[in-house]
Amino acid sequence: MNQPPRTSAPPPPLGTPTLPAVPPQPGPPDPAGPAPAAAPGPPRRTAFAEGVDRLRAAAVTEPGRLRLIGALLALLIVAFGAVTAWQSTERADAADDVLHRSQPLSSGAADIYRSLADANTAASSGFLAGGQESESSRDRYEKDIRTAAAGLVTAATNSDPRSASAATIAELNRLLPEYKGLIERARTYNRQGFPVGGAYLRYANEKMQKEMLPAAEDLYTTENRRLGDDYADATPYPWAAVALGVLALAALGWAQLRTYRRTNRVLNHGLVAATAATVVVLLWLVVGHTVARAHLDDSRDHGVRSLNVLHDARIASLKARGNENLTLVARGAETRTVNGTALDAYDYDYQRNMKALAAKLADAGRLADDDTGRKPVAAAAGDMTEWQKRHRAARAADENGAYQQALRKVIGDEGATVECFDGVDARLAEALEHERREFARAAGDGLDAMTGLPVGAGVLAVLGAAGAVLGIGRRLSEYR
Amino acid sequence: MRARRLRASLRGWGGVGAMAVVCALAVLFALLLPAARSHGGDTGGTGGPGVTRGSQTRAEECTDPEEQTLAPSAADGPTIDAIKSRTGEKRKLVVGVDQNSYRWGYRDPNSGGTAELEGFDIDLVHRIAEDILGDPDAVQFKAIPTNQRIPAIQDGRVDMVVRTMTINCDRMKDVAFSAPYFRTGQQLLAPRSSPITGYDGSLAGKKICTAAGSTAYSTLEQDRADGDLVASADLSTTVPNQLDCLVRLQLGEVDAVVTDGALAASQAAQDPTVQLKGDPFTTEYYGVAMKKDADDLVRRVNRILVEFRADTTGGWQRSYDVWLSETLGRDTAKYEPPDPRYLRKS
Repeated sequence: MNQPPRTSAPPPPLGTPTLPAVPPQPGPPDPAGPAPAAAPGPPRRTAFAEGVDRLRAAAVTEPGRLRLIGALLALLIVAFGAVTAWQSTERADAADDVLHRSQPLSSGAADIYRSLADANTAASSGFLAGGQESESSRDRYEKDIRTAAAGLVTAATNSDPRSASAATIAELNRLLPEYKGLIERARTYNRQGFPVGGAYLRYANEKMQKEMLPAAEDLYTTENRRLGDDYADATPYPWAAVALGVLALAALGWAQLRTYRRTNRVLNHGLVAATAATVVVLLWLVVGHTVARAHLDDSRDHGVRSLNVLHDARIASLKARGNENLTLVARGAETRTVNGTALDAYDYDYQRNMKALAAKLADAGRLADDDTGRKPVAAAAGDMTEWQKRHRAARAADENGAYQQALRKVIGDEGATVECFDGVDARLAEALEHERREFARAAGDGLDAMTGLPVGAGVLAVLGAAGAVLGIGRRLSEYR
Repeated sequence: MRARRLRASLRGWGGVGAMAVVCALAVLFALLLPAARSHGGDTGGTGGPGVTRGSQTRAEECTDPEEQTLAPSAADGPTIDAIKSRTGEKRKLVVGVDQNSYRWGYRDPNSGGTAELEGFDIDLVHRIAEDILGDPDAVQFKAIPTNQRIPAIQDGRVDMVVRTMTINCDRMKDVAFSAPYFRTGQQLLAPRSSPITGYDGSLAGKKICTAAGSTAYSTLEQDRADGDLVASADLSTTVPNQLDCLVRLQLGEVDAVVTDGALAASQAAQDPTVQLKGDPFTTEYYGVAMKKDADDLVRRVNRILVEFRADTTGGWQRSYDVWLSETLGRDTAKYEPPDPRYLRKS
């Protein structure tokens, strides 16, 4: 800058000794005139110090300065491209994890929980029905166990060894056969007509309620947290890349302004190309991310939140059903004192779970954003109302000592609460399937918005850097 | 102790340390003394005023708890009137029973889906309902865990408990009992292959399962404290129902089960690989438990029990033959209750 011949650029004065266009790094050992004396000089100096000296010497002459500028521009553009590629790869990977790993795993964990609770309910219904459980309740139980076992395998393959989830999965894998063994013994004794079968069922139920379901809930919580983490990794703006892009653009602008001032030439093709590439990458980056982010936020707000609420609702309905059955199995054995009145402990839990179900269904209705999503939720709410009504009738019968009648109203063929429970469960499964599709669509769109960005950014950055170098090189060649 | 005192004196706190030790010893004595005296109380020993009064009342009232009941009567009183005044669907006798005691009160899973409760106790319940309400089926059964029997009566959740419930002095403080209707005693149950031979030294280091709140548990605890049971026996496993003990035994979580002989026989009947070991080591009687102030109901039940015993075609003997002869044997001599005595006056 403090060079005296300010506008003495275009006609190259032949007197200045210069070598061809090579980056002014420490490479060429012959920069300026008076330097050679220093080379064989007495004090031996470090390569770095020597390089700095040479650089300082190069900056004094215009071609040297041009080389420096060219190198810096290329470096900035390449860095911009690299950071863009790196940051968008990171986000695309996280978005991919959301879509293909953590969300399926979180749903899978919810399924494990649901299957286990459902198996337990099916087993207790079987006991209520008498020694020989019906084919449907047996099928249901077997299917639930299979689903849970398969879900555990999927969860295991996707969990990091030594992580908390892996330990929980191992625990569940140990408990599942144990539980099944107890149920098998209960069945065998029931068939022989011995009440110890019922004792085994109680023991199995205790194992399920006190050990397995809490473990499955832990797993669900952990997987949900991982989903949240993946979202957090996928959605933030890539500020580092944006900042570098703006910086690169500013540098390019400045370089072109400088060229214009010194040569009165408006366009330097190379630099213009470099600028264009940088602008494209920057725009692509910002727009792509904004779109991806919008889709991902949409998939979270409408997909994942709906899914979570629906899962919670389904689990609440399962728990309510389990407690409804246990009310009849235990026959008033357990009570809980609330505000001075002794209530049946299982019926109390049933009421609490039904309240939770109602709340979650209301939430799900509010979160559903289209008719296909709203309809099953509304149908489930209708089934729930009917369930409550029938349950009251069954309780009244039981309170009056009409146990058989109560039993019929709960597990009978027609007009029993089991119909309502099955209805709620099926409607919720339908709603879950719909929301899962919605989620996959939104998250997939988000992921698509980032497709090609890392590679594109890389290629364009290399092109841009090449343009900058060529542009500067052209200027430089005028000094030959 | 000496080391601590030494250390204390070294620190220059010798006096304080010594006083603390003396205080601790005094507290220890104070705690041990009542226990020792109350043991003596049964044999007429004297002690501090508070302590002796308790054991004297016990000595007065409670030598034979099964005789401390009211004379039979058919007269209605406030309790029976209240039961009879129930209307419509509610006109039922509410009875606490067990649904897990094979042959006493249980559901036969193969009874065809009706899931009716049946057994010796249930027969008696139907008979009481027929007498009071005129309909043997006017009963609402409530299944009650062992340790909930007394609270259920006290809270008025049930009118009575007919659930292989032993008449004893502790329980008589909280509820009123009828005359005895069955004789039994605590007995030990263990796998046939087990080295346990009976209620003796072979229980050293063994895990014994009992139902929470059962006479089995209180007896074992008392015996262990008195040195009648080896101190190393592990009583920590308690379950809601005696039948849950059989589950624990089969799963190898405990080594032996202690429960009433009649129920132990029921357990052995469900699993041929376990057997009763040794003879009953107590004598106990089952009675119907009711609210402490339900005098009319107690008298009524006692009258019903007299008829139940005397009725040879549909009474005690028949129920025994139907439900218990298979597990306890044809001979009823060991199980018949004594001739009732009604020593309670109010």
